[in-house]
Order: sequence, then C-alpha cells, then structure tokens
Amino acid sequence: MLTIMKSELLVTAIIFLLLFVKLGKGMKNESMLLLIQVLLLLNFIAGFFFNTEGILFDGMYQSTSMIVLQKNILNLGVYLISLLFSSWFKRSEHMPEFFMLMLSALLGMFFLISSGNLLMFFLALELSTIPVAAMANFDLDKKRSSEAAMKMILTSAFSSGILLFGISLIYGATGTISFSELPQHLDGTPLQVLAFVFLFAAFAFKLSIVPFHLWTADVYEGAPMATTSFLSVISKGAVAFIFISTLYKVFQPMQGTWYNMVMILSIATMIIGNLFALRQQNIKRFLAFSSIAQVGFILVGISSGAKEGLSSVVYFILIYIFSNLAAFGVATAIESQTGKENIDDCKGLYQTNPFLSWVLALALFSLAGIPPTAGFFGKLFLLTAGASTGSYFFITIAALNMIISLYYYLRVIRAVFMDKNEQPVEKIKIDLSAKLGLTICAAGIVLVGLLSWIYDYIQ
Amino acid sequence: MIEPGLYHLLFISAALFFIGVYGFFTRRNLVTMLMSVELILNSVNLNFIAFNKYLWPNKLDGVFFTIFIIAIAAAEAAVAIAIIINLYRSHHSIDVENAEEMKF
Repeated sequence: MLTIMKSELLVTAIIFLLLFVKLGKGMKNESMLLLIQVLLLLNFIAGFFFNTEGILFDGMYQSTSMIVLQKNILNLGVYLISLLFSSWFKRSEHMPEFFMLMLSALLGMFFLISSGNLLMFFLALELSTIPVAAMANFDLDKKRSSEAAMKMILTSAFSSGILLFGISLIYGATGTISFSELPQHLDGTPLQVLAFVFLFAAFAFKLSIVPFHLWTADVYEGAPMATTSFLSVISKGAVAFIFISTLYKVFQPMQGTWYNMVMILSIATMIIGNLFALRQQNIKRFLAFSSIAQVGFILVGISSGAKEGLSSVVYFILIYIFSNLAAFGVATAIESQTGKENIDDCKGLYQTNPFLSWVLALALFSLAGIPPTAGFFGKLFLLTAGASTGSYFFITIAALNMIISLYYYLRVIRAVFMDKNEQPVEKIKIDLSAKLGLTICAAGIVLVGLLSWIYDYIQ
Repeated sequence: MIEPGLYHLLFISAALFFIGVYGFFTRRNLVTMLMSVELILNSVNLNFIAFNKYLWPNKLDGVFFTIFIIAIAAAEAAVAIAIIINLYRSHHSIDVENAEEMKF
C-alpha cells in the first residue's frame, strides 16, 4: 500500500514538514525557498522509483504506470514554478503558506487523477480548487487580486454544484458511483445524457472550455503570477487527464454522444480563444486567451477516443508546461523589476535582455507550433489523433486556427525583436534559480520534440 | 392524503436547484450568491437521499455522498467568506457590481 500511494504520501510529508518549519520561525525566506526547491526536486526524482500498480480502498483509488507518469509531469511543473518565481517568493511575507496551499492543491490533483469512484473524484476536485482560490488572493493589498479570488471561488462553487447535480442523477439512473461498474449500467437513456451534460459542464468550467471560459481571463490577470501559472498549466493538465479517463473508460458506451459535444465545443473554444487573444494588450490576459485556445486543441486530441488520444494529450501537456511556464517566467521577470505588464512595454527588449528575449521567442514559437520546437510535434500528434475518427472538416478548422494563432504570437515576437523603442526596459537582473528554471524550460522545449523516445515512452 | 413518493421529492429538489441557479445569476450581493450555491448543494443532497430511499434502498452510497457534500460545502463557504471579507476591505462593499476592474 505504501508504494502504491507513494506520491501522495511524499507530498503530504512535505506539507507537514513546511508546517513545522513555519512554526519554528527560525528561517529566512532565502534559505526556506532553497529548502523547498530541494524538497520538490527530490519529490520529482522519487517519482521515478518504486512504482507499483494497484487498486486500493475497494476501487476508490487506483494507480497505473500511466497515472504515475502523469503525476511525474505535474511534479516537474511544480518544481519549475518554485524555481521561476523565486524573486516574488523571496519578497512575499507568507511564502511557506503559499507552498502549503499549492502542494495541497497538488495533492488533490494526485487523488483526482487516481480516483476510481465519483465520491473520491468530487472530494479530490474540491481539494484541488479551494486552495487555488486562496492562492489567487495572495497579493492581499491589491484590489485586483481579491477580485480575481472572488470570481474564482464563486465560479468553482457554482460549477461544483452543477457537477454534484449531474452525479446525483447518474446515481439515480444507475445505482452506482464506482468507475468500474458504471460502464455496464450506462446505455444512453435521456436521463443519463442529461446527467452527462451536467458533468461535462463542470469539466468545462475547470478546463475553461468556451461557453464557461469567462472567469479565466479575469482570474489570470488579477492573481499573482505564480498562481496564474499554476492554474494555467498544472491544474489544467490534471483536469485534462481525468477528463480523458472518465470519457474513455466510464462514458465509453456513450461515445457517440460525447464525440459531437467535444467537437462542437472544441471548434468554439479555438475560434473564440484566438479571436479574443488578438486584441489583448496585457501579457497575462493575452496568455489566458492563448491558453483557452490551446485547450481547444487538447479537445481535438481527446475527440479521438482511442489510445493515441491519451498519449498525444499527455505529450502535449508536457510540452505545454515547458512553453507556458517559460513565457510566464519571462513575463514575471519583467514585471517584478519594472512593474510593466503590457505587450507594448516589451518593445526593444532584445537590445537590453537577449537571454530573456530568446527564451520568450522559443516559448511563443512552441505555443504557436512552429517546427523546430516541441510544440509543433505536440500539435501534430493531437491533430493526427483527432483525424483518426475521419472527421476532416474538424481537423481543417483546427489547422486554420493554428494560422490565426500565429498572428498574435508573432506580434509579441515582433515587439520584442523588431520594434524600435527609445527607452527599452533596462537590463533585468535574474537570480540564479530563475535562470536555471528558464534554461530547463528552453531545453525542454527543444529536446522534448527532438528526442523521439519520450513520445515512445509515453505510449 | 397522498403518500409522498419519489416524484414529489425530485420535483422539490429540481425546484430548489433552479431557484439556486436563478438566485446566483440575479443577486448582486456576494453573500446572497453564496447562499444560492448552498441551495444548489442542498437540492443535490435531497436528490441523493430520495434516490437512495426509493430506488436503491439496499445501498449506502447516496447517504455517504450527502455527508461529504455537507462537509465540503462548509469548507468552501469558509474560504469564500474569507475572500469576501478581504474584498470588503479593499472595495468597501460586497456588491459584485463594484468589483469590475477587469473586463473583456
């Protein structure tokens, strides 16, 4: 049992350790941050050893090698966040609390990925969203931060209400809440379809799929940058993983129903995310809408309904963590030094900060899906998986959307490299750990695409 | 007198759910919006209990789910109230219309 639940136990141990260190009060922020970074690195490395597959608590908790891999990807993302936002963490008065909240949310995501029962699923989903709302409020003296937290907690409470109503209807229609027994009882009666629509809406809230995306941009803009990046890569990744396993395993008998829903929402998400990203000036808001568009592409992969769908999405999330965190890392370096958050402020960044500019360019090329970077391969596999169902109209729209997205990604790159500016941002001092984080991200963006064994390993 | 059956309970819970949704969309006071969410959660509780009693009397999943929902609702309300208090400190109001710095 210990090795099956290893990743959860490790994260719990780190949370308690931080609690005791915090109570001791003897440590400075710098040494505390170093301790946390080392712990998270050890946690990430430990994820590769002593993994056993198994089922616990009467099917409530399950672990397979794929689930362990997904947890490792999330661990890597949290480690990178602890590196990239070091300057903000050092200034923050309550840094250990922030990490405790973040790791509690991570713990919830681990249980979420491993859940084998709708009760476990609901509890884990709440554990992974409530701390994030508190994290969004972490800039206590900023008006925008509390506004963002308010929007986040209200939407998440409302969406969990909808989720629960769907679960109760499923329980009424089938008499079971266990993932392994549900598929035998589901046959697509109208009541079950209604329940599924409620469940799907709750997932759409968490993933910010289009009709339910309105909270995303506001929360991303108002929350502190570390929370924003956690929300946009880690929490989105975890929900995407569990979304796939519920669709593929639990709702397998209703595939004809959910395929159409996924397709229509995917088209809407890509188009609306892209069109709104075109007109953004604030860089966090811009990245928010670009992440909505990326979720549309993830849905293209999910729509395949086969094994390639799962592996292509896991691969894409890995790349997405590297590219999005690199973009947020550069944005936070600029913001923490100068307080500027707009795209126009980045004009002429290349003259003063070549390293930051190259990392930003790599990240945006990867998000847009341009060949030498890994983002291209991620999008390629997603579209291939989506095309396996034979709906070429859908794939054509996805490909056209990639072209639209090129426009706004290149707009930032043009501002950074080509536009002249009399007073560009001064030379920005990046501390060692942020530099290390940005280097890891840049290396990841290049290497994950070039080393083909990574994709084979995921498969 | 009619004995109350499954349909009566389902009708009440569906009505509660939609009253909650309506309240959530029309009320502008943050605490009232939170109360509307609690109405939604209570309608779900009623649903679970009704299904458990009338359709699946030899199972306990629904009853357990209800207990967990009550606990989680309390946790969610605690965090939400803390956030609302903080919002009140910075905005001097708990009306959602006043928290409109970020749009579009």
